Amino acid sequence: MTTTLQTTIEADPTVPAIRITREFDAPPSAVFRAHVDPVLVVQWLGPRRLTMTVQHWDARTGGGYRYTHVGEDGTEHHFLGSFHEIRPDERIVQTFAYVPFADQVALETMTFTELPGGRCRLEGFSLCGSFEGRDAMLASGMDEGVVQGYERLDEVLS
Amino acid sequence: MDDELSRAFAALADPIRRDIVARLTADDMTVTELAAHHAVSLQAVSKHLRVLEAAGLISRRRDGQQRWAHLEVDVFDLLTGWIDTYRRRAELRHQRLDDVLRRQP
Repeated sequence: MTTTLQTTIEADPTVPAIRITREFDAPPSAVFRAHVDPVLVVQWLGPRRLTMTVQHWDARTGGGYRYTHVGEDGTEHHFLGSFHEIRPDERIVQTFAYVPFADQVALETMTFTELPGGRCRLEGFSLCGSFEGRDAMLASGMDEGVVQGYERLDEVLS
Repeated sequence: MDDELSRAFAALADPIRRDIVARLTADDMTVTELAAHHAVSLQAVSKHLRVLEAAGLISRRRDGQQRWAHLEVDVFDLLTGWIDTYRRRAELRHQRLDDVLRRQP
């Protein structure tokens, strides 16, 4: 059985927040583990063409993280945050910052909900400090989206 | 990358210009009215308006002594474009997460 898995995104009109919803063909425990085990995290977080290196990763309540995405041209993008609360298989609350704009700290909540058939719904809620910060976050993927669009076009044409 | 979009985003990279756009979503305003909201000169506001105009975000018209600024683009349309790109990026990330989950025992 194949299902079309689809990410939905909503930019809240009243508060500077982004909501992301996605279902997975795996139970909450597995999706949760893929968020806290750094060996698994580096395999999916961050753009396909970038290498992710983890400097610090303590996925416990009160812990924190710091990681770097290295582009093909060697450009480094640094990210950091704190794990405010880790509730196994249910919920992760963390802060998130892109180091050049480290004063723009987002508060992110990931909720893992069990669905029938051993599946899981992941709901992400990112609350930014300002509408400008939220909109910059949404716009930050523009050139990247185009690059990956060309990559997909290459795959179609090859 | 879409030139129109990059020009628009560059124009909106300035906090005063973002504020001008936010005010124009409510109604057309004169340069004098816009300048009254900011601790900058009329000339500075005019310069910001020229940047916004060059990016296609606003148009300007003269009515006697008054110069009016009018928002040309639905800012929410712009935001929708950003959301689409962000959604594609999140979907690609989630597809990689699908792969990771498939490899788990």
